[in-house]
Amino acid sequence: MSTMTAPPSSGLTFSKARGLRKVKNNIATGLVTLAFGLALIPLIWLLYTVISKGFHVIVDAGWWNSDQAGIDFKTKGGGASAAIIGTAEQVALCTVISVPIALLVGIYLVEYARGPLAKMTTFMVDILTGIPSIVAALFIYALFVTTLQGFRAGWLVSFALVILMIPVIVRTTEEMLRLVPNELREASYALGVPKWRTIVRVVLPTAFNGLITGIVLGVARVAGETAPLLILVGYSTTTNTNLFNGFQSSLPGLINDQFTNINTPTGQGVYHLDPVTGKRVAGTVANYAPDRLWGAALTLIVIVMALNLIARLIGRRTKVA
Amino acid sequence: MSEREIMTERSEPREPLPAPRVGGESVEPVAAHDGRRLESPIESEVALGGRHTDASKVSGSGIASGGGRARFGDRIFLGLSSAAAVTVILIVVLIATFLLIKSVPSIADDKVNFLTSTEWGTDPGNLRFGIANLLWVTVIISLIALVVAVPIAVGIALFITQYAPARVARPVAYVIDLLAAIPSIVYGIWGATVLATALEPVQRFLAHIPLPLFDFKQPNSTIFDGAVVLAVMILPIITAISRDVFERTPIANIEAALALGATRYEMIRMAVLPYGRAGVVSGSMLGLGRALGETIAVYLILSTVGGPFSFSILRGGETFASKIANGSAEFNNPQSTGAYIAAGLVLFVLTFVVNSAARAIVNRRKDFA
Repeated sequence: MSTMTAPPSSGLTFSKARGLRKVKNNIATGLVTLAFGLALIPLIWLLYTVISKGFHVIVDAGWWNSDQAGIDFKTKGGGASAAIIGTAEQVALCTVISVPIALLVGIYLVEYARGPLAKMTTFMVDILTGIPSIVAALFIYALFVTTLQGFRAGWLVSFALVILMIPVIVRTTEEMLRLVPNELREASYALGVPKWRTIVRVVLPTAFNGLITGIVLGVARVAGETAPLLILVGYSTTTNTNLFNGFQSSLPGLINDQFTNINTPTGQGVYHLDPVTGKRVAGTVANYAPDRLWGAALTLIVIVMALNLIARLIGRRTKVA
Repeated sequence: MSEREIMTERSEPREPLPAPRVGGESVEPVAAHDGRRLESPIESEVALGGRHTDASKVSGSGIASGGGRARFGDRIFLGLSSAAAVTVILIVVLIATFLLIKSVPSIADDKVNFLTSTEWGTDPGNLRFGIANLLWVTVIISLIALVVAVPIAVGIALFITQYAPARVARPVAYVIDLLAAIPSIVYGIWGATVLATALEPVQRFLAHIPLPLFDFKQPNSTIFDGAVVLAVMILPIITAISRDVFERTPIANIEAALALGATRYEMIRMAVLPYGRAGVVSGSMLGLGRALGETIAVYLILSTVGGPFSFSILRGGETFASKIANGSAEFNNPQSTGAYIAAGLVLFVLTFVVNSAARAIVNRRKDFA
């Protein structure tokens, strides 16, 4: 019933079926292709929405060098500088804490791990990978605010992000170190180099690009996190460069803040101050919150996508080298 | 001192050593971890196998040309990395402990049954809070997301591994990974403003189904809207893990199917799907874990509704995570905060159970593979 054909180009040889079997095969092919098409819809739709609504906002130079001080939904303008500074600081502190711990955990798991501690660590890293960001935030709140009587500030956000970043970096580090050929380690031992120097001088440099990839992916993972911001730091419209005192702006915080205003009615009966005369003017007022909402969303996407791209390029360079 | 030394030495110029092969391609750390690429299964096996014993034996026998100094350095390095491992364990233990001790007093003061009540009142002195409503919304929104996402994810994984030629497969996989790179707050605002409007007709259609699940309450900002967005968000992780297991289908199984005269579809049904089933299940559970804990997208999309409990998905509602996010303004006294921390504790337990089950399946599978 079925005849084997052998096209020279294809590695696999499928039978040519007829009748019902052929129909089934074609339906399956169609469904599988459709699945991919379905997944493309939200991606393209979302990117189109954000770019079409946000692009004109972020090409304005004012977007990058002003903050939101004195700006409400009826006001045009304002920028993301405070938000970018806040996010950069929070993520930077988080990275500084996470990287040494995560790299050491990765090294432990690959180079030393034996016995129950290793099993336990692997399991806990898995659990950490799955911890919801809001739970991490609640934990930091319960520890530093409820118990230690601290105040809400940017550094608490960094601490919550550490919990989310560590497992990302540990996983990539582990993967990359396992790819370092064992012969390199053995060659080093054979020369009488102690194990720790072998790790520092041979294993880590060999896997260096891979480790950087993991770190960059970790940064990308936490840069867009919003849940900890809601609980651990208040939103500020002004620039606050102090991580340890006062409320702070951040990109997700800015998006969230603008979102609360996008549907605020600005129709009849609303007064606004005329920008030129300073007098109260009745009438329809434009709502500028959506502009800033999509502008901030696009800014965040651009940053996160750029980080992912960098990680990928570094990873690829390793492969080519 | 030692730690600084590591940092500086690591950044020194690379020694002329053969570069490693980088296997993991996906954005997902989980997937990267589990993925052994088909391209180089042998290398991976070699790199994995035997190293533990060999390497440790060599160093253990102490080729101590550096004498005591080398051993001292080794001890410090082992100490540091073990300490880091213990830190990770400690973090998880501390999370569980703190959530527990901060929520127990409030649960004890609760005037209604914590597990079965659908009320949520956190006035200090008159605590009346229960998780029944939150649990229902959290579970149903995640399950619907799963039902939508899993077939599509499996389809994409099959498309990448079994249908698309190699030069198409790579970009396709990259595009799906892009979905994982979009921050959840962006999904949230997109879902709330754009997608929810587009889904209105779908919901009006679903309302015709005579089940309590589809009681029509409102046309948008519903649990259904949230579930669709969650489905998009968990799609990449399920795809990544399914892809990894499908890729590792033993070639012998595939050839056996072909020898029986199978079409491509029959080969997939006979060889690929049975082999990859466990992987699909565990990938789905990891996706479920993510959906259960997703906060900001759900928080922005779902409208919060009062009123009596309803099974309907065509209404607003709150999950554990969005409840906590909504309540962050009420964290001004230990009793109210305790109620929200109790919700967080339940969410923690829920994701813990789901994720460890998923891991158990993955790991058991790995032993067989």
